[in-house]
Amino acid sequence: MENLFYFLASLTLLCALMVVISKNPVHSILFLIITFFTISAHYILLNAQFLAVVNIIVYAGAIMVLFLFVIMFLSVGKNERDLETSAMTKVAGTIAGGLLFVVMFAALKDAHVGTFDAENYNSQIGMVENLGKVLYTKYLLPFELASVLFLVAMVGAVMLGKKETGERHF
Amino acid sequence: MESVDLIYRGIFILVIFGITLLIATYSTYFERKIAAFIQDRVGPNRAGPFGLLQPLADAGKLFFKEEFIPAKANKALFIIGPGIAMLVAGMSSAVIPFGDMLLVGGREIWLQAIEVNIGVLYVFGIVSLGVYGLMIGGWASNNKFSLLGAIRAASQNISYELAMGLSLIAVIMMTGSLSLREIAEQQQGFNWNIWYQPLGFILFLVCAFAETNRTPFDLPESEAELIGGYHTEYGSMKLGMYLFAEYINIFVVSAVMSTLYFGAYNFPFMENLRSAISDPVLANNVVTIVGVAVMFAKIFAFIFFFMWVRWTLPRFRYDQLMKLGWQILIPLAILNVVLTGGAILLKDYLF
Amino acid sequence: MEPLSNRSKKVQKREMTFAERAYLPAIAQGLGITLKHFFKKKATINYPEQTRERSDIWRGLHVLKRDENGAERCTACGLCAVACPAEAITMIAGERKAGEEHLYREEKYAVTYEVNMLRCIFCGLCEEACPKAAIFLQDDKLAPARYERDEFIYGKDRLVEPLKTTETK
Repeated sequence: MENLFYFLASLTLLCALMVVISKNPVHSILFLIITFFTISAHYILLNAQFLAVVNIIVYAGAIMVLFLFVIMFLSVGKNERDLETSAMTKVAGTIAGGLLFVVMFAALKDAHVGTFDAENYNSQIGMVENLGKVLYTKYLLPFELASVLFLVAMVGAVMLGKKETGERHF
Repeated sequence: MESVDLIYRGIFILVIFGITLLIATYSTYFERKIAAFIQDRVGPNRAGPFGLLQPLADAGKLFFKEEFIPAKANKALFIIGPGIAMLVAGMSSAVIPFGDMLLVGGREIWLQAIEVNIGVLYVFGIVSLGVYGLMIGGWASNNKFSLLGAIRAASQNISYELAMGLSLIAVIMMTGSLSLREIAEQQQGFNWNIWYQPLGFILFLVCAFAETNRTPFDLPESEAELIGGYHTEYGSMKLGMYLFAEYINIFVVSAVMSTLYFGAYNFPFMENLRSAISDPVLANNVVTIVGVAVMFAKIFAFIFFFMWVRWTLPRFRYDQLMKLGWQILIPLAILNVVLTGGAILLKDYLF
Repeated sequence: MEPLSNRSKKVQKREMTFAERAYLPAIAQGLGITLKHFFKKKATINYPEQTRERSDIWRGLHVLKRDENGAERCTACGLCAVACPAEAITMIAGERKAGEEHLYREEKYAVTYEVNMLRCIFCGLCEEACPKAAIFLQDDKLAPARYERDEFIYGKDRLVEPLKTTETK
């Protein structure tokens, strides 16, 4: 099991790295999809099947399809000139990356890894029944608030996409 | 897990995979036969008796055709595309309960490859991945028509996945389980979900047509406007894999529909049959085997329905497709969820 | 515009009923029609095993007849070629030598006689024109499909009726 974990973890990191390194945006997206799959595999290792499948359905199955869709429409990377970056961009990128590193370091400096308690560990915690119970009792308010947030986003999208009176599309 | 169990699982997975491939192969034959019969023709009848060897001849032809990769295509992705389509199609039949339990030598053998407590979601997740094969292949061909086909496939699949998921939720609310085996067990005898969820079934059926890219929703491969859609540039067995994946998808969707709405391996009077045989082990085995036959009969009926519809209905226009998905099916599915919830509450209140 | 016959009907665009808008009843109706065709008798004729029934006066492949002694009837008069509306027939005439009386009935005969089956329209006018009753269109043979264009130019080797050598009667 341990070897499997290390294999998956290194695969995840490698693919995540390839997302950034790849020159072709479509390749980036495909590597991102593989990253989601390996993350789902991690969930399965943690016996959280529901999270694993939902991760695949929502991220790999829907959001990434939309990403790919948009990138295919834009067809970036066809002309090489777009890929050349100016010195300004490089400097700005270095500064932004360094700042992110500082923030991460500051945030994780005092964090401690939770210890594994074999006695009290409930292996069924990630199962869909338990997850549902927790979501609808202990975390009911945040759950409902999140759904309200989605509703607001949806209404906003509908408002933006709505035809004005007298306006004609295609 | 015991090693015997493991070996049995391996054999069962291989058998299911073989059956899936066989059914997909012969679906091509039956597609042509049914098309011919509906158009008052005879169909393939030269290769073997009644043309039964036609699929083998077709496969042989596809294998021996020249492998062709367009010069400006993205070679790796061009090859991976049909592979993904095929892989994803072959994965989804893993959680479908093809039968109940067999008792062989005191050992319980479940006729299901993998039992997971989120079976419905697994199928749903895998189905949602199917579009990648189409998209990657369409984009990698570096052809405008392929790209348009791929984009159509993507937007169509995403739009209809929503309605499909919402129509599934009503069934899950009724059964209270995500496991396909449990859903099948709850539909004992003639107590099928279709009697409680007719609207949900129709929604699911329409979405299933859209998800498998079958007529009337076969816009990704509409030959009138897009030549061949996403597989315009494909030839030889790579094209064969795409077509094969489509037929496997039809098989899997038919199996899922039979499981969710038509009682899987359950058939009317199965308890009468069980009690008619005195030996309990024999009775169980007989009922299970008849159940497997019934399950496959249901699947074949659905496959026939898919083909029947294909040769009856014309293709939708793209804006009609989107309008149907977003403005009709999704509100109806939400209505169905609300109605089901209300009915469950009413039942709790009354009884 | 004034209506001429008063037979034109005013088309009224009425609102579709719910059943029409739901589209499902129409689909069911269509499925019924296709299912009816599924069980109908098939129109196909399985060609090599079965052949389409032909009329008695069907005009098929040409034949150059022989007389009762087995000599060719054609005298290469060219009337068939003149009559042919598609100009499919050509021939070269030759004089019969001594000792060839059993081969050719008249003193003049066709050295070559070619019918281009790609041009021929199987009208039967050659048959009508022939004064010697030499050319006929058979009712049981067709000019089959071939791969090369020159194969459609039928010479005497394929047109002349075979000799009935084995016939003992």
